[in-house]
Amino acid sequence: MTAPLPEHQPPTSAVMGAVAADLTGMPVTPVNVPRTGAPANPTATVLAARFGASIVRTEVIWGETTVFVTRDALHDIVRFLHDEPLERYDYLVDVTAVEYRDGTRPIEVVWHLRALGHRRFLRLKVELPKRGPLWVPSIIDIYSGADWLERECFDMFGIRFEGHPDLRRLLMWEQYREGHPLRKDFPLRGRFSRAEQLKQALAADPEARYSMEELSIAEAFDALPDDMKQRLAERASHGELEDGE
Amino acid sequence: MSARRTIEVALGTSGLDAQGLPLRAPLVSQGGQALALDAPMAPAMPEPVLQADHMLINIGPQHPATHGVLRLVLELDGETVVRCIPHIGYLHCGFEKIGEYRQYNQIIPWTDREDYLNSPGNNVAFVLGAERLFGVGMTERTKVLRVILMELSRIISHLVWLGTTSVDIGAFTPFLWLYQERENVYNLLEAWVGARLTTTSTRVGGMAADIPDGWLDGLRAFLKGFPKTLEESVRMLETNAIWAGRTVGLGAMSAQEAVNAGLSGPMLRASGVAYDVRKDFPYLDYETYDFDVPVGTAGDVYDRFLVRVEEMRQSVRILEQAVQRLPDGPININDPRLILPPKHKATSEMESMIHHFKLVMEGPRPPAGECYVPVESPKGEKGYYFVSDGTSKPVRWRIRPPSFVNLSAIPRMVEGHLLSDVIAINASIDIVMGEIDR
Repeated sequence: MTAPLPEHQPPTSAVMGAVAADLTGMPVTPVNVPRTGAPANPTATVLAARFGASIVRTEVIWGETTVFVTRDALHDIVRFLHDEPLERYDYLVDVTAVEYRDGTRPIEVVWHLRALGHRRFLRLKVELPKRGPLWVPSIIDIYSGADWLERECFDMFGIRFEGHPDLRRLLMWEQYREGHPLRKDFPLRGRFSRAEQLKQALAADPEARYSMEELSIAEAFDALPDDMKQRLAERASHGELEDGE
Repeated sequence: MSARRTIEVALGTSGLDAQGLPLRAPLVSQGGQALALDAPMAPAMPEPVLQADHMLINIGPQHPATHGVLRLVLELDGETVVRCIPHIGYLHCGFEKIGEYRQYNQIIPWTDREDYLNSPGNNVAFVLGAERLFGVGMTERTKVLRVILMELSRIISHLVWLGTTSVDIGAFTPFLWLYQERENVYNLLEAWVGARLTTTSTRVGGMAADIPDGWLDGLRAFLKGFPKTLEESVRMLETNAIWAGRTVGLGAMSAQEAVNAGLSGPMLRASGVAYDVRKDFPYLDYETYDFDVPVGTAGDVYDRFLVRVEEMRQSVRILEQAVQRLPDGPININDPRLILPPKHKATSEMESMIHHFKLVMEGPRPPAGECYVPVESPKGEKGYYFVSDGTSKPVRWRIRPPSFVNLSAIPRMVEGHLLSDVIAINASIDIVMGEIDR
């Protein structure tokens, strides 16, 4: 089954056809790049020249450029990257965060931006000290696709995106009380015991999953049958529905 | 909402013209005005004044037309959707969290289960990211084998999409025909890696197994038979008045909106943006394959259908080229940091046994660093973002799920349409809740 391995074998081959390149002729897919020391995305230089002190540092790793910026300047920088005709980072790929196992390292919020026309990829990071307030500005006014990405990041890491109009939990349910699952101090099995988790799951009623906000959309609460209204009200009094009527 | 709409239907010659635009011709509309209700049915009594209250309706999470456990809360004015609030998370399993507790090769089975219609493609995407993190490449043979896997999984994913969407809209026959072809692909996968749905077909630095003898003949037979089934099924739908009436003009997104919302894959291309990771950020030497990227014009459900169908045809083209160029040679790179020694050596040589033990128990360690590697999955741009601190388990393994971002735009797509159109629009996004909730 196992084929004999040859003595020497190059890790990646010579490319048979033309390598796809961006406007400056740089290949867009890093092939055989060194771990560090590859040329940086030219946008990093532009940002450093324009925003100066707001750019903390720039790293290139595996051919991908990461620009660390300050929290206060983030929104302006993203706005600049999106609007500036020479940059045109028109596509938001991802918003996420990284918490390291080393407790002294700050939490990093990561934005992956892409310029479709220029075929460029840029990673922006904001470092948040763990002891400080965990918030960054929302960029939903620039990219509408940031909506769920920011909500998920808030849900999983507890990072607030200031300016997001509807920053609710997304994957976990709204009444979830165990914390933010992707934080390193969150145990793999959750904070509560299995018995407690099971109890909460069984006690949950699908009807309760209508948030009061939704019911008020159509003023549907008033139109509900009396017994259902009573049941919902009882659940509210047990604390399962908060901030509600 | 009963305004007359022009229905355009593609010509019988399916596909795209030289400019990459879908071939279309305006057809007579039958929308809304077929029955003349004016004079003869004038009510003898004055119409009762109906309450203008909006109605709240809940679809899902246990509704077959939501393709999983998606829940949509809709505010309706009559039958028109005024507002749509999606709720997700019913299938949340914490894949990203679990990945932080696993070695790299141990995470591959989890990638099967996120977008379970595209398991082989996820396996390949994962190892492409991990290999950049480790700073290794792959052999020539593996490169072509992975292209075969990715394109096969694109075909089966689009087959499921076309089959289930046609059921949603009311056509049952294509579903049966297409699932038969999907079955053929699963037979091929089973012969190769031993599993049908959860393939776990790759390893960091190589493949789980080489293809067995005669496997390429099976693939060739599939490539010969599949286009016929595809064209038959597409012919059932493409010029079908019901299909066109339920898809044309629905859920349209302009190119600018689609880019701003982060849509990707067929959703973005249907809106006219020719962004395909295989072309724009090629991997696996995709730039050396001859294939076209179909692009829509209107960005509606019908265009998404055309784009996906054309993608399947292009996948067949890529597969034919891959079969032709598949070179001989090993499937694993010659790197003892990653690849287990052969079994006969591990049981007879002390060094190999220690090496085997260390690799299995401790796992390979990448250097500290991070990388984001996107691929073109059937749903769109799927990327894995790895952060390593130099240990054998990632600090962060982030999945960039394409259908998650695509689904997040559903309120903008359905608002203003009819309730029954919500089903068609939702189907056109091609969601897989396993990937959205992870």
